[in-house]
Amino acid sequence: MNNLGDIGTTEEQIELMDVATNFCRDKSPIDKVRSLMEDDLGYDPDVWREIGELGWLAIAIPEAHDGVGLSMAEVVPIAEQMGRNLLSTPFGSTTIAAQALLAGGSEAQQAAWLPKIAAGTGATLALREDHGDWDLGHVASTGKETAGGITLSGKKQLVRWADSAELIIASVEVDGDVRFAMIERSALPDGALRREAIIDETARSFELTLDGVTVAADALFDGNRTRETIEKIELAAGLIHAAEMTGGSQAVIDYTLEYLKTRKQFDKIIGSYQALKHPTVDNYVEYEKARTHLYSAAHSWGEQGRGEVAVRMAAAQAHSSYSRAADRSIQFHGGFGFTHDCDAQLHRRKAIFDGALIGDAAYQRSKLAGLLFD
Amino acid sequence: MSDKPDAAELKEYTEAADAWFKENTVRDPGFMLPLTFMEVSTDEQFDFLREWQRKVYEAGYLGASWPKEYGGGGLHTDFQRAATRAMKKYDAPIMLNAIGNGWAGPLILDLGSEEQKQKYIKGMLNAEDIWCQGFSEPEHGSDLGNAQLKAVKDGDEYVLNGSKIWTSLGDRAKYMILLARTDFEAENKYKGLSFFLNPMKIDGISTSRIKKLTGEYGFVQTFFTDARISADCLFGGEGNGWSMAMKTLEYERGAKVKPVGGYFVKELDVMQIVELAKNSVRGGKPLLDDPVMRDKMTQYMIDIQALNLNNTRRRMPQLMQDKPMGLPLMNKLARTELIRELTEFSLGFQGTKAGYYVGDENAVDDGYWHRSYLNSFSATIGGGTSEIQRNIVAEHALGLPKTR
Repeated sequence: MNNLGDIGTTEEQIELMDVATNFCRDKSPIDKVRSLMEDDLGYDPDVWREIGELGWLAIAIPEAHDGVGLSMAEVVPIAEQMGRNLLSTPFGSTTIAAQALLAGGSEAQQAAWLPKIAAGTGATLALREDHGDWDLGHVASTGKETAGGITLSGKKQLVRWADSAELIIASVEVDGDVRFAMIERSALPDGALRREAIIDETARSFELTLDGVTVAADALFDGNRTRETIEKIELAAGLIHAAEMTGGSQAVIDYTLEYLKTRKQFDKIIGSYQALKHPTVDNYVEYEKARTHLYSAAHSWGEQGRGEVAVRMAAAQAHSSYSRAADRSIQFHGGFGFTHDCDAQLHRRKAIFDGALIGDAAYQRSKLAGLLFD
Repeated sequence: MSDKPDAAELKEYTEAADAWFKENTVRDPGFMLPLTFMEVSTDEQFDFLREWQRKVYEAGYLGASWPKEYGGGGLHTDFQRAATRAMKKYDAPIMLNAIGNGWAGPLILDLGSEEQKQKYIKGMLNAEDIWCQGFSEPEHGSDLGNAQLKAVKDGDEYVLNGSKIWTSLGDRAKYMILLARTDFEAENKYKGLSFFLNPMKIDGISTSRIKKLTGEYGFVQTFFTDARISADCLFGGEGNGWSMAMKTLEYERGAKVKPVGGYFVKELDVMQIVELAKNSVRGGKPLLDDPVMRDKMTQYMIDIQALNLNNTRRRMPQLMQDKPMGLPLMNKLARTELIRELTEFSLGFQGTKAGYYVGDENAVDDGYWHRSYLNSFSATIGGGTSEIQRNIVAEHALGLPKTR
């Protein structure tokens, strides 16, 4: 197993873990999570502003672009605590968009946007399409070079937090190649964004109609770096969502434990029944494996080969452990578990949504198998 | 017992250890070497491993961090760690005297008298004195606290009557760490127990070999019939047997007593399984082209990598703040169950060959995988079954109420 990743932490990571643990707990009590579910915007703008002021969006942006100059490794503990507390904001989508810019954007594109993102401007990616394929190289939307620039057409789906992002980076096919086009949201025609009904009620996503949108010719990423950009997006998204799902696993297990320790049936605390305690232990073991993989993936971030193996292991394990722990939490809460009031469903739904966004555990394993065995 | 190792000294020692294991490690003595101390079956296996441990000890690579005055090397823990790393690097055979070095030794070093340390430590390091463990009884396997073997004080002796079972190396051992009942009237079952450093080669103690599901012999049942031992064998005082027995479990983490070094159980080499899978065919194609086998094998790789990394994470307090007992307590459960599943999975690679067993020339790898699978139950059952382990994790790491 020498070719696989190791585990380690940085001082900055641990400091951020401490700060993020308190911040996310204080800013995202469950009643607030539930009230934001009913809110149009879906997040608290004051909290989002504070996140910008804390510099968390700048962490993995180089100093040359007004960033902190650390890496995605230091973003992990923050995303983990956000997932644990179901603290929804455009933090993840913005961070992943910044990584895409770093991988594929020209110097001028980076200089124009990275300092803004570092200061708290939202950005997002428009990658998914109606075919439902997780393969980011499978793109049906198009861009055609015209006199006025690049005229786009097609529909992108699951564009997270698009209504408050200033920058949307969309994948389109131009002359037979996948390219990334930078679209300023302010330039979108009315009705280009349709809010989608998604299974995770704590998140917001939109369908983006590209028809009628034209961007300047210099709004495309470097055509020679499409492959690196796709890889970077997959890994950054895999890592961020692995972190959120690992934090979510911890939360839903703790939520289940709380119930098992207080609920009585047949005159006994139900947590004393092995039919409930043993599978809870198994779910807990799976969660700890996920957390170990998460900090291994953070540690291996940026390493050729190893980095991808570690991220995909983390994403696969996080998705399967989160799904299972939340599924069992619904069951173990009995009749209450079937209600919307029980928090187990929030986690179960989020696990489904996150898997849909980045590729579920089975998809991650199929990609891993190629890395490990072929 | 210096606080910080001298860097140059450590480097020199590390290089010497590397060279020594490179030079002296025998990986194929011409017979199958046990993967764990619980699998030692034949005389040739026993003799080989005993001699190997003696050699390693005498070269200064076992007990290097135990106190010098009792036979150890008196060095900083980092020295022993380096030696253990070299052992792993060259895939050296296991250390045989697991109960002595891993359980009894740390207990004696922590709580024993000067006389006891002088008497027992060196002999367990050089494998002259083999140790075994007498906790389980035929009627009390998982319910250890209910052990009934009777120890009755008679002058300056105790008289022992009863039976212990699943005693690995029981017929070869000179000493047994023994959990016996000295008080049948105690206010609860735990308080009636006492702990003994019990000599095995005396009148009134006999052993009977037990044939394992593999067809091999590995452990024994031990019978005590009016066996008389000196009252000096009592360890930790009457009525403290349960806490002594629980203490032996704590030393594994090496917090109180520096670890003796080496390993008593070999880690499964997953690449070996991947190789086996790669060399297997199904429908004329490589087995790992089969999407189901591919997916399962990948999941096992994820599991193995997690458990291997857990060993490092356990020493990182910054990643152990929430439920700090979780990782240490789940390790046995997770690891032993995974090995059972994985070895069973490996049988599925073999197609028709899965029907062969040790002893047939047609068996894949001389039946290694079949034997490993059947032997894997020794670890999912022994030392507290997986079901008991789940109770332990639930109660001591997750704070769930007791089942009883």
